[in-house]
Amino acid sequence: MSMTTPPPAKITIERLSVQYRDGTESLRDISLSIPAHQITVLFGPAGGGKSTLLRALNRLNDLVDGVRVTGRILLDGEEISGPGVDTVALRRRVGMVFAQPVPLPMSIRQNVVYGLELAGVRDAARREWELEKALRAAALWDEVQDRLDAPAVALSGGQQQRLCLARVLALEPEVILLDEPTSGLDPISTAKVEQSLQEIKRLYTVVIVPHSVQQAARLADQAAFFLQGELVETAAGRELFVTPREARTNDYVTGRFG
Amino acid sequence: MSRHTTQRLAFALLTLAAIVTTAPIVLIVGYIAATGLPAVSWEFLTTMPRDGMRAGGIWPAIVGTGLLTAGTGLVAVPLGIAAAIYLAEYAKDTTLTRAIRIAIINLAGIPSVVYGLFGLGLFVLFLNFGTSILAGCLTLAIMTLPVIISTAEEALRAVPQSFRVVSISLGGTKWQTIRRVVLPQALPGILTGVILGLERAAGETAPILFTAAAFFLPQLPGSAMDATMALPYHLFVISTQIPGMPIQIQYGTALVLLVFVLSMNLIATVIRARARAQRQW
Repeated sequence: MSMTTPPPAKITIERLSVQYRDGTESLRDISLSIPAHQITVLFGPAGGGKSTLLRALNRLNDLVDGVRVTGRILLDGEEISGPGVDTVALRRRVGMVFAQPVPLPMSIRQNVVYGLELAGVRDAARREWELEKALRAAALWDEVQDRLDAPAVALSGGQQQRLCLARVLALEPEVILLDEPTSGLDPISTAKVEQSLQEIKRLYTVVIVPHSVQQAARLADQAAFFLQGELVETAAGRELFVTPREARTNDYVTGRFG
Repeated sequence: MSRHTTQRLAFALLTLAAIVTTAPIVLIVGYIAATGLPAVSWEFLTTMPRDGMRAGGIWPAIVGTGLLTAGTGLVAVPLGIAAAIYLAEYAKDTTLTRAIRIAIINLAGIPSVVYGLFGLGLFVLFLNFGTSILAGCLTLAIMTLPVIISTAEEALRAVPQSFRVVSISLGGTKWQTIRRVVLPQALPGILTGVILGLERAAGETAPILFTAAAFFLPQLPGSAMDATMALPYHLFVISTQIPGMPIQIQYGTALVLLVFVLSMNLIATVIRARARAQRQW
């Protein structure tokens, strides 16, 4: 294997710890660099702090009372973890797709343009253009183009999840966070979502918590293994799944626990 | 006794309880309708009372109750919804908000005549509004607020938290999230609470007794500073204060009040049923 210079970091996480009010520590002293235009996979057993890390990256942890965050997160070299950060602007740059698809109680069209409307985009032509672009990127356009004004809840689970992806893509964020986006989906829908991710990474930086080790291995340009709030190890590509350095990683990827 | 006999006995008892509780409502409404209906005519609904209220219509009382209800809504609805939004969406669990909640619960339990006395002291005398529609509406509004606040807060809390998280994750501010997602979803529940609160305001006598109601007025009120006749107080007056009062007029008035209140109730039920059918969660 030849040594190449590492790609530029989109996000740099420096000694990040997150503590909940009840004293439980969700993340302990994490340092990680997330390269631009790659898929970074955060994997490990439940309760490892992966979701907490995702929610630190777009400050959704702020919605929970009494969360204490120490350390720093830099987005393009600019600190986004401290007080005084414009979290509304940040969340437009760092979008998120959740484990359960939650279509807002509106039409398909309204769901996709919702973020644009919030951002004050009044130009209807531009909204229509973004709508189609986002739905195409999420591989949903062909299935919904004839019924954009139908309620979004009428879509199947897989379609709803791709709608949620389209909703984030319409905002043209720089980073997309995905928290087990395919956990409720059938294999065909899962394949469609994974295919979309491979395509959109040219334009965006993707951070995903996969729902299985197999999915982690399929998607990873970089993988990070989390165990009980600790970052055990990080490696490029599929390395962690083939030749992990740590015994704990090996035990998990070979299915000895988890 | 076998299990089946016990089962049948319990079933019979429960059915009986259901009938016993429903029967009075049916009897009351039926009796009032049967006795009062002959008195109700277009003239009865649209003319002033005559002959010391022993004849003629109840038009000023209908207008008065309409004005009092609308005025109460004007004050209580924006205030109540705003308070509910604060409590459901913004307030953290502190001593202050806990005190506010306890106050609201206790306000709901205060007898209406006490509200009337409070309105007399504060609005009529201290603020010098006199016996007026304004003083009556403010008094009724204070009485109605706890109902509106608690039902509206409940309706807001029933909106799934995931909608809020999604909206915020898409770059929404808290207020954008409330206005575009939470409020529209909670609106049917809020409206139900508003109507039930105003319905109570329309039917109460005690709060307007010292603050707004007039025994008899030869003309309709001209401004918010005038006293007014009102259906519940008029009913009280013609039932107890006037000798030789024809019974049909008493029951006719009761019927009009009943229809007024029940139709508000019906509107609330329809709104709720339609919202439930359309709800997407």
